[in-house]
Amino acid sequence: MTGWPELEAFLRTDPRDVGCDQALRIMDVYVDLVLSDTAEAAARRYPGVAAHLLACGPCADDYDGLLAAAGRAGDDDT
Amino acid sequence: MVPGVNGGRELDAESACWVEDLRSSGPARELALARLHALLLRVARSELRRREGRHPVAGPELDDLAHQAAHDALVAVMAKLGRFRGESRFTTWAYKFAVLEVSAKLGRHFWQRPAVTLEAGQWDQLPDRLGLRPDELAEHAELLAALRRAVAEDLTERQRHVFTAIVVDGVPLDALVAQLGSSRNAIYKTMFDARRKLRAALAANGYLAAPADGPADLDWVRRSS
Repeated sequence: MTGWPELEAFLRTDPRDVGCDQALRIMDVYVDLVLSDTAEAAARRYPGVAAHLLACGPCADDYDGLLAAAGRAGDDDT
Repeated sequence: MVPGVNGGRELDAESACWVEDLRSSGPARELALARLHALLLRVARSELRRREGRHPVAGPELDDLAHQAAHDALVAVMAKLGRFRGESRFTTWAYKFAVLEVSAKLGRHFWQRPAVTLEAGQWDQLPDRLGLRPDELAEHAELLAALRRAVAEDLTERQRHVFTAIVVDGVPLDALVAQLGSSRNAIYKTMFDARRKLRAALAANGYLAAPADGPADLDWVRRSS
């Protein structure tokens, strides 16, 4: 409507968004599910976390870092 | 296998070994602590490298920060070991503490940089932060003015302060957390409420469609934090 999609996206909020505390609390569970299954499966299982990771830059950054670290876990342990 | 850690589920073999060794005494515990510290240090270093370009830490200071993060993560892991319920692999659970320590330390480090000379209320930067090209400025001048008015008139003082710091001045959210002695969740919630209010205000004045909650994809926040 505005022709300014970034502003509209910024002001849009998702009621499923669980917030940082809950997202961080189960981020390890979420990441292992992504690694053992798919990102889509994790988002279906935890839609509130998926919604939060789309909207919260710092938590999304932590998720990216944990996903990278956990994906290397096999290498780390050897 | 460690049966019934805090009443949690049965652990996978590797996680059970970690928990058993860390809860033991003597050489097995010392060895497990040393191994875990080495892993956490590796994660902290990787994480700082992954975020390179978004923070000014380099050289010996970067390695010092990685050591601090690994140490603090190890302390947190040992303090919360009894709460590990095996819902994820032990290593994934432990790595989370290292990643979070890196985030928190970079947030605090933001204010230690001599180059940080923020001018409060850099509204002229906002269009760029929100993805508007210079040639689109005139077209959206009225909306931008309405947004600024809504920030001034519809937000609480705290919402306005948080919104201005993060969105207008580009302060990373974790840095604002450190400055205000708050939590990431509290600051995020303040921003969440501010976004809803601003959308409602702009919709009420005909600038946006009526509020319709839905997925947000705030790439600009990810870039700026």
